[in-house]
This record gives sequence, structure tokens and C-alpha cells, in this order.
Amino acid sequence: MVTRGLTKRFRGGQVAVDAVDLEVPAGSVFGFLGPNGSGKTTTIRMLLGLIAPTSGEVELLGEPMPKSFLKVLPRVGALVEGPAFYPFWTGQANLLRFDAADRTADPRTRKARAGEALERVGLSNAAGKKVRAYSLGMRQRLAIAVALMRRRELLVLDEPTNGLDPQGTREVRHLIRDLASDGTTVFTSTHLLAEVEQVCTHAAVMSRGKLVRQSTVADLRAELRPRLVVRTPDLAQAAETLQSLGVADLRTTAETVEGDPGELPIEKFAAALVAADVRIHGFGLERPSLEDAFVALTGEGFDVAE
Amino acid sequence: MSLSSAATVERVDTRRHHLPLFRSELHLIFGRARTQIGLGVLAAVPVLIGIAIKISGNGGGAEGFLAQVAGNGLFLIVASLGLSLPFFLPTAVTVISGESLAGEASLGTLRSMLTAPAGRSRLLAAKMTALAVFCLVATMTIWISGLIVGFVLFPVGDVLLLSGTTVSLGEGLLRALGIAVLISASLLGLAGIGLFVSSLTSTPLAAMAATFITFIILGIMTAIPQLHAIHPWLLMYRWQSFADLLRDPPYWHDIGLNLLLQAGYLAVFYAAAWARITSRDIT
Repeated sequence: MVTRGLTKRFRGGQVAVDAVDLEVPAGSVFGFLGPNGSGKTTTIRMLLGLIAPTSGEVELLGEPMPKSFLKVLPRVGALVEGPAFYPFWTGQANLLRFDAADRTADPRTRKARAGEALERVGLSNAAGKKVRAYSLGMRQRLAIAVALMRRRELLVLDEPTNGLDPQGTREVRHLIRDLASDGTTVFTSTHLLAEVEQVCTHAAVMSRGKLVRQSTVADLRAELRPRLVVRTPDLAQAAETLQSLGVADLRTTAETVEGDPGELPIEKFAAALVAADVRIHGFGLERPSLEDAFVALTGEGFDVAE
Repeated sequence: MSLSSAATVERVDTRRHHLPLFRSELHLIFGRARTQIGLGVLAAVPVLIGIAIKISGNGGGAEGFLAQVAGNGLFLIVASLGLSLPFFLPTAVTVISGESLAGEASLGTLRSMLTAPAGRSRLLAAKMTALAVFCLVATMTIWISGLIVGFVLFPVGDVLLLSGTTVSLGEGLLRALGIAVLISASLLGLAGIGLFVSSLTSTPLAAMAATFITFIILGIMTAIPQLHAIHPWLLMYRWQSFADLLRDPPYWHDIGLNLLLQAGYLAVFYAAAWARITSRDIT
């Protein structure tokens, strides 16, 4: 999946997506990150041909979109912006309808495939219940079941774990891993960084409509330098000692002094602090999380809406 | 990209299955309680008329087809259809057509249908086809109910036509069936308007209201004599032409003009709906 200069300008002149060049390698699990309002969902809508880009191109599975949607979309499972269903129909009836809309789907196997998809997301028991009676978590599972009705080469999932309880979240994570190990490319937007760390091979970060970063998760993590954290009541003294040893980017909080240790081995710092009579309550290296990387990239907290 | 053997096997099937979407659209319309209740109301029209005439004795001071019902139950079909055409049937068509696209847009299912992918033009075609089927089913509901009630409550026999000739009961029924088909076709223009309005909004109620207001305005314009210059172009101007089927031989001129007018309205508004739905951003 590739986009080139993908841009969406809304009628009011607001640029929701600004010249985004995404490159999602086949077989990857791609985490698409960004605060609310950063243009993730708009991008996904353009990928699937739901809205027309103001400029730029989208290529899905090697075919131009939306021109080749008929060829491409049957091979793509999609969940866009929350689960949407006919509330007056059962979960199974909903699955059957969306599958019936796909002219390349085999009607003879439709029911069997619906049954399998429902089983895979753990909804077999609720298949005959009206969607009106489903909880948000159940609807979310049903939406994933729609994407699983056929063997897909690409899954595009917009916030797939939204509304799920921790158990459900874990199950979806397992499902994504399963699918990925079968060779399915998964493109998923999420606001849970823990998820990206656990399941994604690649990640991209959006901020204010722009793509600010795109790389493998391993690279992203490797760039995050570990920080030396000293927990102590003698803050000033500790800071002075560390500074004399060349620790950069020193920061003092209420109970800790922390900074970038540079290339010196960690035990040197411990020895120096002890020699300076600094009382040490805690001492160690802390590896920053992806969340810190995210904040560094976007200059804002993760859940901050613009 | 590595594909499992399961996927490869599945894709050997290269046939295109178009029917399921159209069937699914019918299921969507006729499976809903609201549609079934609406059809029930339409079926009640001949019952009410039949009972009223039965109670008031032989036709009371009624005119037209109503006056003939007491003498021949077959006319209950024609009278019920004629009385439903100005209001009941258009109301039903307005509700169903206004809901068609706006309803899916408001539920968000339009997104899922398009990513399925249903295809925008194809989905529109399926919606319009289902609407046409609804028009026919709605009229036929009255036809069948009228037939049953008419035969139960009143004597039936040879049919005296408007032109004074008498035809057999069988031919009379056939002509009544023709009337039902003509009335269904008369509703297509309105269904086209409803489909177009429905493509403009994500609020089904707004689409229904706008379609109904359009219908009322056209009706008022048809009733203003000073506008006679544009009357032949108004949707409902020749709606009453169905009665010409009860002449011998049938008087085809107005029937033909009505069908042409309906086809024209349908073409214009279907094209507009197509232009809208194929370019609209679906959010």
C-alpha cells in the first residue's frame, strides 16, 4: 500500500491531510498513530475510496484507487470509524448483507463463512441476536467479523480495540498476530501505544495532517536513548555530581534527578554519587516508551484533541 | 505477498454474483416492520371502503367507481386503487424512497456497503430497482385486498365499462390488474425524486419531509388553473389516466403521456442521484 502526496482539503479550506506519503510493506503490521483530529481517519477513508483526495494518489495491493476498487476491495477487509450496522437485524444477517454486496463473494459458502467469522471473534452465541441488543464491544467484534468474512490480503482497521474490555483487546491483538502470521498485511490506526509496541512491525505518526515519522518499530525504539534516573533526597548534590561526569539534558523532579548518561558505563555514576555522599534510594537506566517518542514527535500528549 | 492455499482456492471462482445485492435490498425494505405495517394500512383501504359501502346500503350517493362497487365487487379494486393514489400510495413511496440512501448514511452502513464493495452505481441501481418493486407490491397489496373483500362482500359478474360495453369478469380482472401496473408506474417519478433527495442528506426524516413537500407543491401547482401552461409537465397531471383502461377500446393517449412523463422524471432524478452518489464524500 502506497500513497503519494495524499492531500485532503475540506470545503472550509481546512487541510485535514497534507501531502502524506505512506509506504506500507506487504506482510507488515503497520501502526498508524496520531492524536485525535490528526487526519488518520480521513486518510483511511481516502485509502478505501470513500472520500476523494484533493490531490495525490493511492495504490492498494498494486492497483490505483479508487479506479480499481472493484478489483482491490474484495481483497481488503475494512473497519472504518466505528462499527455501523442495521440495528433491527441480527449480527448474522448484517454479515450476510455486506457479503452479498460483494459480487465476487460466493453465495453458496456465505452462511458457512459468516459462521466461521463469528466464531473467530467469539460472537457465535450472539449471532441470532439483533444488533440493537449488542454492547459496543460486541459491535466492534462484529465489525472485525465483517473484515474476516473472506480471506483478505490487507486489513485496514480503524481503532479496532475501541470499546473492548481488556480481555477483548487481548483477543483482538492475538487475532491480528494470527492474521499477520498468515501473511495478511495489517494497517491499523490506534491510540494505544502499548498495542503498537506489542503487535506492530512498522509505525507511522501523524500530527496536524502531516506524516511526521514513518519507520520500523525497532528503529523507532532504538533511537530512544535510555535515561539515567537517580532517586534521592539530596537533589542538588546529585545533580552537581552527575553534571561533573558529563550527563546531558539534566532534569530535576521532586524526588529524582535524571539525564542522558552518554557513553559512560552506569557503575561509574553510582561510584561517584556514593563518593559524594549522596543518599541513593533508587538508581538505574530507564528506557523511554514509545509514548515519549510520540510526544517528542508531535509535541503534544497522545490523547490531546486539537 | 504470501497467500495461503485457502485464498487461492476461493479466488478460482471468478463468476460475478449480482443477484444477491438486489435480493438483499428487497430484504432490507420488506423485512422491516415499518414496511409491513405500511402495507397493512394499504390493505385496510379496500376493507374500510367495502364495509362503509355495505353499511350505507347500495352505494348511497356515491359517484364514479364507488357507486358501482355495490353492484359489482370487482369495482372495489378500482375504487380502492383510485382513492389510494392521491395520498396513501405517495406517502408510502415517500417514506421508503427517502429512507433508501439517507437511512444507510445515517446508520453508517453506507461506508461498509461501499467498502464491501457494492459499487456506487450498482448500489444505486439496486436501490432504485427495490423501490420500483415496492411501488408494485404496494399497489398489488391493494389489488389483492380489494379482490378478496370485493368478492366476499358484494356480488360479482360481468363488468360494465365506462364506454358502455360489457366484458367478462375475467377480462375485467385483467383490466384491473393493468390498472395496478399503471398506478405502480405512476409512482416511479416520485420514487426517483425521493431517491435523489435521499442521496443529498444523511438524515432520513429530512429526505422524507423534503420529498413529501415536493409532492405537495406539485399537487398545489396542478390544482392552480392559471398554471395550465405547465400542467402537462407536472408529475401528477395525468395520474388519473389509469381509468382510460376501462374503455373499449382503451384510450391509450393519456396513458402513454403519463408513462412518458414518469419515465422523464425518473431519468432526470435518477441521473441527478447518480451524479451525487458517485461524487459524494461518504463520511
